[in-house]
Amino acid sequence: MNRLWKEFTKGIFRENPIFFIVLGLCPTLAVSTSLNNAIGMGLAATFVLVCSNAIISLIRNVIPDKIRIPCYIVVIATFVSIVEMVMKAYVPALDRALGIFVPLIVVNCIIMGRAEAFASKNPVLVSVADGLGMGLGFTLALLVVSFIRETFGSGKIAGLSISHSFEPALVLSLAPGALLVLGFLIGGIRWIRSLRSY
Amino acid sequence: MADKLFVAHAPHMHKTESIAGIMWRVNLALIPSGLVALFIFGPAALWVMASGVLAAVGTEAFIQKARGQKVTVSDGSAFMTGLLVAYNLPAHCPIWVAAAGSIFAIAIAKQAFGGLGRNIFNPALAGRAFLVAAWPKYMTTFTKPFVYDAVTQATPLSLIKEGKASGMVDLGLSYWDLFIGNRGGSLGEVCILALLLGGVYLLCRGIITWHTPVSFIATVAVFMWAFGSPEGLFRGDALFQILSGGLVLGAVFMATDYVTSPVTKKGQVIFGICCGLLTGVIRRWGGYPEGVCYSILVMNAAAPLIDRFVQKRRYGVA
Repeated sequence: MNRLWKEFTKGIFRENPIFFIVLGLCPTLAVSTSLNNAIGMGLAATFVLVCSNAIISLIRNVIPDKIRIPCYIVVIATFVSIVEMVMKAYVPALDRALGIFVPLIVVNCIIMGRAEAFASKNPVLVSVADGLGMGLGFTLALLVVSFIRETFGSGKIAGLSISHSFEPALVLSLAPGALLVLGFLIGGIRWIRSLRSY
Repeated sequence: MADKLFVAHAPHMHKTESIAGIMWRVNLALIPSGLVALFIFGPAALWVMASGVLAAVGTEAFIQKARGQKVTVSDGSAFMTGLLVAYNLPAHCPIWVAAAGSIFAIAIAKQAFGGLGRNIFNPALAGRAFLVAAWPKYMTTFTKPFVYDAVTQATPLSLIKEGKASGMVDLGLSYWDLFIGNRGGSLGEVCILALLLGGVYLLCRGIITWHTPVSFIATVAVFMWAFGSPEGLFRGDALFQILSGGLVLGAVFMATDYVTSPVTKKGQVIFGICCGLLTGVIRRWGGYPEGVCYSILVMNAAAPLIDRFVQKRRYGVA
């Protein structure tokens, strides 16, 4: 139990995939324009991550070493297809907003990275805990980035306008804004961490 | 006493030139343009310049203090960045826009890269590019000269870009109007006469050389003469292209920035030509009416590469 808890919590802060491992930046930069997108993307990736970690961990002893990456991709692509079809059926607006980035979850570095570095070497239960923690850590990071970008870049919180007199800096909802916000967040978090270690 | 007994290897050469000396001379060279802007656009220009400069100097002092470094705002480089940010803005834009541009220029384009001498991109232009992306509404609303009120007037280049005018006759302007600044535009770019005055001063003082400005402006002129007209080759209005937009301001004061442009003479010519080509391409085919800012920023990134490319091969080194 203790081990499960440890594997679960490490993804959320200590080894947060965005802020500390710095993986999966492409979807983070691209879809973090609004809180709604962030929640959708984060949960979709979390679902795929948990399921693919579980399956890969189950079949880890039968996957031939030389073709392990294609095997992972087949597993991951299966779950991404499920997510994509569910999304198209029940939340078409979110599907349109996320666009190409839903199918691109297949090659998301976090999911590939966890499959290669964790699920293929560990038993099922801890792999699921790891996937859940990493997925929630990714979602959390997306939420933080998108909250800042949406508030200051388009003057809204979860699609609701804040105030008419507030003039948002459009640049934050454009590509350079994503890089700036993420850069400052990572810099700030490392700075806080460095203060602690003294 | 210690610094009087300074021992060093020969050759012993002493030069009185210092960073502060150069920077304040560039500021001095910028003054005519600012005074003319006051005369053309009225007191609104003064507030924009003041807030740009104050925000830049304040941010530099604050960051240097916070990082425990020596505060070097008296060297005039932050002052110059703030002033150049303001020169790139429409005269009637809100003063907080000018302040935000200066803060971005100093905090992110300069100090985040390590301070004076370590920035890759020209801070003032980075500030302007940030503002264009952040608050495009304020950055594209230009005011009519000599009215002293917020009467808007598009710049000659944007009128031509939007197809509302095709040449000098449609614009109702003479070359003389463009030369003395009787047109809509950013507050520091309109009066070519004042800019040239500053440029000649810098040339005579040896602070800049002719290489970058001349190659930059000449390339734009030749390029726009050749490709500038939709009617056919070699029918463009080269003189109009030189006198409009921020070309002279950019070529004389920003493309010659010591930190972000090549240090070799040959490199500076290549730098100027490439800036000119990019400016021409953006003016003629790009989405924006003016491309000086972006062309210089793009070439800033290539400056170290250009310097390496033109370096002489030393004897005995493979």
